[in-house]
This record gives sequence, structure tokens and C-alpha cells, in this order.
Amino acid sequence: MQHGKYRFIAGFLVVPLALYALFVIWPFIQAIFYSFTNWTGLSPEFKMIGLDNYSRMLEDDVFWKALQHSLVFAVVLPLVTIGLALFFAFMINVGGRRRKGAAVTGVRGSGFYKIVYFFPQVLSIAIVALLFKFAYNPSDGAINSALKAVGLGSIQPEWLGDPDLALICVMVVLVWSTVGFFVVLFSAGMASIPRDFYEAALLDGANRFTTFFRITLPLLWDTVQSGWIYMGILALGAESFAVVHIMTVGPSGGGPDYSTIVLPLYVYQKAFGPGQAAYATTIGVALLLVTLLFAAVVMRLGRRERLEF
Amino acid sequence: MKTTDTIPEGVAGDGPEPAPAATAPEREGSRSAPAAEKGEGQVLNVFSHGMLILWAFMVVIPLLWAVMSSFKTDKAIFTEPWSLPDKLHFENWSRAWTEAHMSDYFLNTVMVVGGSLAGTLLLGSMAAYVLARFEFPGNRFIYFLFIGGMSFPVILALVPLFYVLQNMSMLNTLHGLILVYIAYSLPFTVFFLTAFFRTLPSSVAEAAFVDGASHTRTFFQVMLPMAKPGLISVGIFNFLGQWNQYLLPTVLNTDPERKVLSQGLVQLAVSQGYKGDYSGLMAGLVMAMLPVLAAYIIFQRQVVAGLTAGAVK
Repeated sequence: MQHGKYRFIAGFLVVPLALYALFVIWPFIQAIFYSFTNWTGLSPEFKMIGLDNYSRMLEDDVFWKALQHSLVFAVVLPLVTIGLALFFAFMINVGGRRRKGAAVTGVRGSGFYKIVYFFPQVLSIAIVALLFKFAYNPSDGAINSALKAVGLGSIQPEWLGDPDLALICVMVVLVWSTVGFFVVLFSAGMASIPRDFYEAALLDGANRFTTFFRITLPLLWDTVQSGWIYMGILALGAESFAVVHIMTVGPSGGGPDYSTIVLPLYVYQKAFGPGQAAYATTIGVALLLVTLLFAAVVMRLGRRERLEF
Repeated sequence: MKTTDTIPEGVAGDGPEPAPAATAPEREGSRSAPAAEKGEGQVLNVFSHGMLILWAFMVVIPLLWAVMSSFKTDKAIFTEPWSLPDKLHFENWSRAWTEAHMSDYFLNTVMVVGGSLAGTLLLGSMAAYVLARFEFPGNRFIYFLFIGGMSFPVILALVPLFYVLQNMSMLNTLHGLILVYIAYSLPFTVFFLTAFFRTLPSSVAEAAFVDGASHTRTFFQVMLPMAKPGLISVGIFNFLGQWNQYLLPTVLNTDPERKVLSQGLVQLAVSQGYKGDYSGLMAGLVMAMLPVLAAYIIFQRQVVAGLTAGAVK
């Protein structure tokens, strides 16, 4: 197998590696480098200014707001989404009892639920964000009209226009659009748990709570953990950018009084707004650090003995 | 009736529920297990079925509302948002398709996604094959270089990426976008396919090689066909990601002629919002929604398997 091996390897790797290096690695290295300069992005000139961008960032109120919101996203969104998804997936796969002669099955209609819950996942986040933007519209959106229709006309929240509600409204949309993916993901994981475990537990008189916490969750732990990281990266990254950018008002998104600004959106505003490209990459580096830290914390907290089955 | 369906069979031998238990199939001996669960079970059943149904409604209703609105007049959307359309106003759809350029956005998206999906699969499988099945110095390093990309926030690279494309005169071009999509799809694709190629038996490849096939020929004629299930999974994953991509085109592709669907829709929302053409906008939204939803319903099994294959051990 040695003949021409290295030529073959090089031939197969050169194009993918070149593309990857040029469009992914190189821009990342450049970004980190630019964060130590005063580059405006408008002219090619810049000089090194050390850590000035970083000290400026630490005094930037909007940065702290964006960081705070991003952290809320990274903690609350996975918690709610994965909690809901675990509950649904458990009901769909294990919740039913003694149908079709098996010890554990899903509740009736589980196949239907699995298909429907997944709908939002195949839709573009832009479509989802636009859809909800109209639904949230305070004067003639679907939600406030529905409230009127059921006699709750006195409750007409401003939704995205209310600084206290806007962030929650945005998070609801992200939960809505991702729960289905995790339901299906966890269902796939649950399907691989041997049925005898459940049968044995049932013989011992375990109820559903015990079954869930003693069997399903521990055996599903790896999947839950990788799902947790996936959701956190999503909540810190491009998805949250798209939702906030499209849904919330303000010059280029960010909500009333920056009430919905998140780190990726702030990077975008600085980068393609008022000629502060270097400062934008500095915030971007902060975002990278937060993302890596988040992944490290989840892995650390989630570490436990691996269960083999 | 949904809420009670599991109970009769559920707790066989548990007091005053005689008939259904008897008709249940007597498959196993372990039928008598969870007694004393009835009260709790019933409350739980009502609650959890309620939650399941509620969430199904919460998913479906916004989508149905959009479809309904796309067939209404603007006035009806605002005055009676929850009623059915008086008649089907198809003119909204034709207006969105032609005047609002949905047809152009569709065509652009099809071209970009077609090109980048093919490129991603080809280049990704080439790199993954080499990384999975050949020992050479630097193998591990290149592998981790690729996988590391999965945890980078794309937004950080956007500013320099913008200038890389500008310097290569590929800003606002479809082929530039295609190459960028491929590059950013490589990390997951290589990660997934490397694992997949490792699971394939090496004896077949060796036999082909002994028969005189070159490495390249072995790859294209033997290994790639064997890897078809993996390619389908990762292909679906990439298709959805690239079809729905919003961030990259928003930054790298601002020429109104070349917009892709997601950014075209947002553009539409801004401009139609000023014109007050909400029905046209809804038609545009539904138009963009339907193809993927339809494809999902038809290929439901493959999509789900494709999207979850990478994450479940």
C-alpha cells in the first residue's frame, strides 16, 4: 500500500485544507491580531496599541449589558430547552405503559408528536424570527389580537417594545425553534437503552419519576451533555444573532435601550457600523472566551463515571 | 379520551377496572408489576398528555397562522387575524413571487446550496477518508485543526473574512459564498465522516488495491459508494444548515441581485413593511417555508436519522 501513498494523501488534503485555512483559520488568527490594533476597517492603516481595546471594553457599559444577556442566554436557554425536551422525549418513548404487550412504550400518538415537534428545526431562523416579530406586534399582532378575542383586551403588552419583556420574548422564540431537535435527539438516545432495564425497574415497583431519574437520565447523560454544549454554543452564537437582529427594533437591532443586545450582535454592530473594526474583534475575542469557558464548565460539571451498557 | 387511554391496560389487576385488562394481550408473566400507581398515574397522564398536546399546538398554530394570512387581504390580517380568509387571495403569492423577487432569491439559494453541498460532500469525504484510514505525520494535528472549527464563533472571523473575500474580488458573488459555505461546513463534515470511514471494513479497500486499483480509484469506486449512508446523513445536515444560513450572506453578499432566501425575506420584511404589504410578505414567508417542510415530511426518517446520527453514540 506504500506506492504513491503520500502523493495521494497530499492530493486529497490540499484543496479542503487550503479552503479551510483561507476562509476559517486565517480570518480567526487575523481577528485576534486585530484586537491589539487601532484598525478602523475603513483604511488599511493601523498600528499596534496593545491592550487598549481590552481596557476600553471593560469600561463599555453596552459590552457589559451584552455579556450579561449572552450569559443569561447560555444558562437559561439550555436549561429550559433541554428540560422541556427531556420531559417530552420521556413521555414519547417511555411514558406509555403496557401497550402492545411491551413493558415500556411511548404514549399514544408519539410518532405524530415527534414529527410535528421537529417542524421548527427545518425552518430558517430568519423565517421563525420574522413570523414571531409579526405575532408580537403590539397594535395588530396575532398574540395581542388573541388576547382581545378571549376577553383579555386589557392586557396588551408591548412585547418586543417593552425593555423588560423583550429579552424574554426573544428567548421564547429560540426555545420554540429548538425544543423539537432535542426531543428527537433524546428519543434516539432513549431508544438505545435496553428494555430489560425498564422491565426490571417496573417489577420492583418503580414509578415514572424513579424510572426517569434512576434509569433514563443516567444512561442518557452523554447525549444530554453534548446537547447542552450544542445549545449553549447556539445561544451564544449565530442563532441568537439572527433572532435579535431580525426581531428587535433600534437602529440595527438590539431593542429599546439595548435591552436585547447580545455579544454577537454587538460585534456585528461595531464591525459593520461606525468604523471600529478592531474594537469589534476585541469583543469577538471576548465572545470566543465565553464560549470556550462555557464548554469547559459544562464538561467539568457534567463529568461523572461513564455508564456502559 | 387521549388522557385516559393508557390506564385500563396500564394497571392490570388494580381493582375496579376489570374488562379491559382481560382483553389485553397476555404476552408476559410480569403483568402485575406497578400497583398503587393509579392515582398518581392518572394525574400525571392528564398533565403530561396535556403538555404534549399543548406543545404540538404551539408549534403548529404559528405556521398555520402564516399560511392563513398569506391568503388574506392586508385589512383582514389586521382586523381579524384569527379568522379564515374570505376567499383565497392567490394574488398575494404571485405578487411575492415576481414583484418581491422571491423567484430570484429562490434561484440564488438553489445555486449556492447546490454548489456548496456538492463541494462540501466531495472535499469533506476526501479529507475524512485520508484522515481516517492513512497513517502519516501530522494526521492528528490536521484532524484537530478541522474539528476545532466547530467551537469557533463565526461572528469573530467575519470582519477579516470580509476583507479576504474583498481582496480576492469574491465579495457579493455566488461562487465566493459557495466557497465560504464549504469552508465553514468542513469541520462537522470531516468530524462526522472520519468516524464513519473508520467503521467501514478495510478488507474491501485492500482487495481493490491488490487488484490493481489506484488509491484514487479505490476511493471513488469502492469506498465512496460504501459510505453512502454517512454521506446522506451529513448531506441532510449540511443542506438544512446552508439553506437556512443567515449570518454569512448578510455580511458577505449585500448585492440585492444575489440575495439568498433568508436575507431576501428580511429585506422583504423591511420594504413591504413600509409599503404595508403584509399579505405579500406572508406569502413570501410561506413560500420559503413550504419546500423544506414538505421535504421534511416526505423524508422524515432520513432527516431525523441524519441530524441525530452525529450526536448519539
